[in-house]
Amino acid sequence: MDETLVVGGRKIGSRLITGTGGAANLEVLERALIASGTTLTTVAMRRIDAQTGTGVLDLLRRLGIEVLPNTAGCRTAAEAVLTARLAREALETDLVKLEVVADERTLLPDPIELLDAAEQLVDDGFTVLPYTNDDPVLARKLEQVGCAAVMPLGSPIGTGLGIRNPHNIEMIVAEAGVPVVLDAGIGTASEAAQAMELGCDAVLLATAVTRAADPERMAQAMRLAVEAGYAARHAGRIPRRYWAQASSPEID
Amino acid sequence: MKVEINGAAHDLADEATVADALAAIAAPEKGVAVAVDGLVVRRADWPSTRLAAGAAVEVLTAVQGG
Repeated sequence: MDETLVVGGRKIGSRLITGTGGAANLEVLERALIASGTTLTTVAMRRIDAQTGTGVLDLLRRLGIEVLPNTAGCRTAAEAVLTARLAREALETDLVKLEVVADERTLLPDPIELLDAAEQLVDDGFTVLPYTNDDPVLARKLEQVGCAAVMPLGSPIGTGLGIRNPHNIEMIVAEAGVPVVLDAGIGTASEAAQAMELGCDAVLLATAVTRAADPERMAQAMRLAVEAGYAARHAGRIPRRYWAQASSPEID
Repeated sequence: MKVEINGAAHDLADEATVADALAAIAAPEKGVAVAVDGLVVRRADWPSTRLAAGAAVEVLTAVQGG
């Protein structure tokens, strides 16, 4: 059985998607990306700076890692649609991580603007991967308008609070006909494993790796955790029991 | 004529195009995208798209994020 993750008809070689945000510099980022084993990584779209130029793109091209542009910083559907179109033009990809956040304090998705932007971008031919709330109803609606995946948060971006509502993630997984990517909130490896055990198809994280004291080592930990969680999910765990059950034979 | 490129004022020739605006800030050819007054200008149209005086030109690329 081919267990490769497929999003919008495109094979994704790794179930850990490591974002580029937050790394101290490109050398640290390079080591972390390699250690994570990722084949797809997020970038943001910003005004070009004469000093940095297209440095991050040059790095990703050299490493052979595909880019997933995001619409970070957008507050309205109109802003997100324009940013996605600019990303497609600059990066020659129809993939977009759609982010439309409501405010700076929570960075939580604005569901109304998000759904509106998702619909417009799907109509315009994009492969849309929306960063969404851990809301099963919104996830279903995003799938209905044609998103190629849904990416619910575990907890707010950059908090490292893990998965605050595992039951909602399970409900999203149970209903979804497209891949579910746990996006945002992961702090450490056990949480990435938990996401996979809950049935997510992949994990997207950045801060947990790039702002760890040793990003390269944490990237390796996350890669192993995602692999372990995926294997455990598909190995069929034992049922939980109230009382003990001996694993050694009884004494005759 | 005066145009704004990434928020900074630039003085370009009256018949300047999007391609001239990119040259004015020494932008690389690959990995960038351009919006003029909030609308995307496709790469193929850069040399033929004339700018109006006062146009707001945004030149974006990918940076670390997300």
